Amino acid sequence: MGGIPHDHYEPKTGAEKWLHSRLPIVGLMYDTLMIPTPKNLNWMWIWGIVLTFCLALQIITGIVLVMHYTPHVDYAFSSIEHIMRNVNGGHMIRYLHMNGASLFFFAVYIHIFRGLYYGSYKAPREITWIIGMLIYLLMMGTAFMGYVLPWGQMSFWGATVITGLFGAIPFIGEPIQTWLLGGPAVDNATLNRFFSLHYLLPFVIAALVALHIWAFHTTGNNNPTGVEVRRTSKEEAERDTVPFWPYFVIKDLFALAVIMVIFFAIVGFMPNYLGHPDNYIEANALATPAHIVPEWYFLPFYAILRAFTDDVWIVILANVVTGGIIDGKFFGVLAMFGAIAIMALAPWLDTSMVRSGRYRPMFKWFYWILVVDFIYLMWLGALAADKKILGVEAGIHALIGSTYWFAYFLVVLPLLGVIETPKKQPATIEEDFAAHYPKTAKSAAPSGAAAEPAE
Amino acid sequence: MLGKIARYTSVALMLSTSTALAAGGAGEVTDVDFSFEGPFGRFDEAQLQRGLQVYTEICAGCHGLQYVPLRTLGDHGGPHFSEEEVFAYAEQNFEVFDPELDDFRAATPTDHFPGSQLENAPDLSLMAKKRAGFSGPHGSGINQLFKGMGGPEYIYSLLTKYTGEEKEEAGSLFYENKAYPGGWIAMGPPLWGEDVEYADGSPNDIESIAKDVSAFLMWTAEPKMMDRKHAGLAGVVLLSVLSVLLYLTNKRLWAPIKGKSKSSVVPAE
Repeated sequence: MGGIPHDHYEPKTGAEKWLHSRLPIVGLMYDTLMIPTPKNLNWMWIWGIVLTFCLALQIITGIVLVMHYTPHVDYAFSSIEHIMRNVNGGHMIRYLHMNGASLFFFAVYIHIFRGLYYGSYKAPREITWIIGMLIYLLMMGTAFMGYVLPWGQMSFWGATVITGLFGAIPFIGEPIQTWLLGGPAVDNATLNRFFSLHYLLPFVIAALVALHIWAFHTTGNNNPTGVEVRRTSKEEAERDTVPFWPYFVIKDLFALAVIMVIFFAIVGFMPNYLGHPDNYIEANALATPAHIVPEWYFLPFYAILRAFTDDVWIVILANVVTGGIIDGKFFGVLAMFGAIAIMALAPWLDTSMVRSGRYRPMFKWFYWILVVDFIYLMWLGALAADKKILGVEAGIHALIGSTYWFAYFLVVLPLLGVIETPKKQPATIEEDFAAHYPKTAKSAAPSGAAAEPAE
Repeated sequence: MLGKIARYTSVALMLSTSTALAAGGAGEVTDVDFSFEGPFGRFDEAQLQRGLQVYTEICAGCHGLQYVPLRTLGDHGGPHFSEEEVFAYAEQNFEVFDPELDDFRAATPTDHFPGSQLENAPDLSLMAKKRAGFSGPHGSGINQLFKGMGGPEYIYSLLTKYTGEEKEEAGSLFYENKAYPGGWIAMGPPLWGEDVEYADGSPNDIESIAKDVSAFLMWTAEPKMMDRKHAGLAGVVLLSVLSVLLYLTNKRLWAPIKGKSKSSVVPAE
């Protein structure tokens, strides 16, 4: 099914032929597993497997947790304690699920930033990129609703703050918020629908993951050079690629095992490090926590949400232009969702003809500033807005960080393609690979000699 | 006993006990070396047993442990009492309301500890997990990486950092406490030193008692900590071995592709 020429599955025995003419499922699995993969992929290409593993881990541990959890405001919190104390292995399953969400987001952020650096979003991989962004959005929704289920203080107040965002939409905001909550405030109806959706969405994500994989199996993987695999003949394609199995399966499994060592160390020795201690206090509608903070993986976007207050000039401008419809709160909501939406538009905002950041000397600088900006926003998201850093309010810092985030996509990416002089790219993946491993150049010569006259 | 009651009477009504510890921590929390810290740390059974005694004789007058089943007092990795001891402890110390009898009866190991006796005395089951003592620097939470969450340290600090100052506000007494966020707490000083007499003759100065009960409350908050660390260690060791094996497999697998294996350089191939 892929565009890269390669061997396909040939049924040999009678039974195989019988099945293949009725349901070519073995062929599908063969083609998926044996897909020609650029042989120069570096360690940044392991995160896809890690993410697939995370999805499986979350679904499996989640299904077990559901067997013991009670989605009711009176029992949810104590049913979690029941899981932690009375269910065999329940404490490990819950800690795996809790920290699995963090690993999931850690991996997805590296995966996304990998795509941004190597230009994986550019033609012809726009669909893969957009499906990826949809998966990321669904992951955020799923994680947010999952965090509400233990019915701790942060669950409750996080849900109140985030659903309150929808209330900021002019005219229709309040009915939407009521509809989402199933009532005027976060209560049993909210908990039940979040529980239902938290179970449903992972399967939607799984379906989108299948599409994501299908899409990039059609276009072929990107690679660190951004140079496409040659498709003119099977021989040439084979000099640029190796089959996914066994080469990348083993490589990815090795990387996954190393990541699992760290993951198990966190789950085993400090499982609550990434969580908020307030979530071990049962939800109480009458006591607002001093400082409501979302989970770490939402912090960069939370910082953007909070950056646009009523006194920022662009908010004042928007307020005047729209005749008061857009206020600071609604602007913040638009900015937060816009910050994610703008990533999805990257394929059309980036004007450079060169795919990989490796050959773009100016791009590199702006890219790494974006990475720092992301971490900076994450840190700001956790701070109280009135806290001062170097004598300047955290809100101002967040505004600077948010501005760069938007400027990167709206100004830097379109402009760089015009003003930047890219470095020379290798002609083929084989050439790049040979430059890294000089011995292959020598050994490739005699074996490739037979094929050369044909060129 | 009279002294105990006198102390409880000094506990004033409080506005809200669920005041969250703000990130950054207004309270002053001292680091304590507990036996259960670090990947290889273990609960000290004798200390947990002493802590239970402190809880029973002092804390239980007001505070409850509603999530903790009494039978878990016999668990490995916990206080590890014998079955008979757990049975006797439950029977002698607590009465529970039985809906079937429509009356109170002596508690059995299948019951939970009772909840709090006073409305404004928070349940202590999860106290060591809901009060993170260490956060900073600058809200980054990095201190926790090195010192642990700081929940038991918070309890220890709270119990030992009363200054002796009192004030009356809206008809309630508040006591100055350097560990408590905000500085003024409704609970009167519960420990004065030599509050309990340990059967094994362990020191019963205020610091030792506070440490013992803090360790016990860490156990009530995280009763499976030993199992968890064991599973974590097994996971880390086994996965490390698997990583090495996969590394070697991967290296060997890729050697011909990368031109590193001798066989692939031989032109005769």
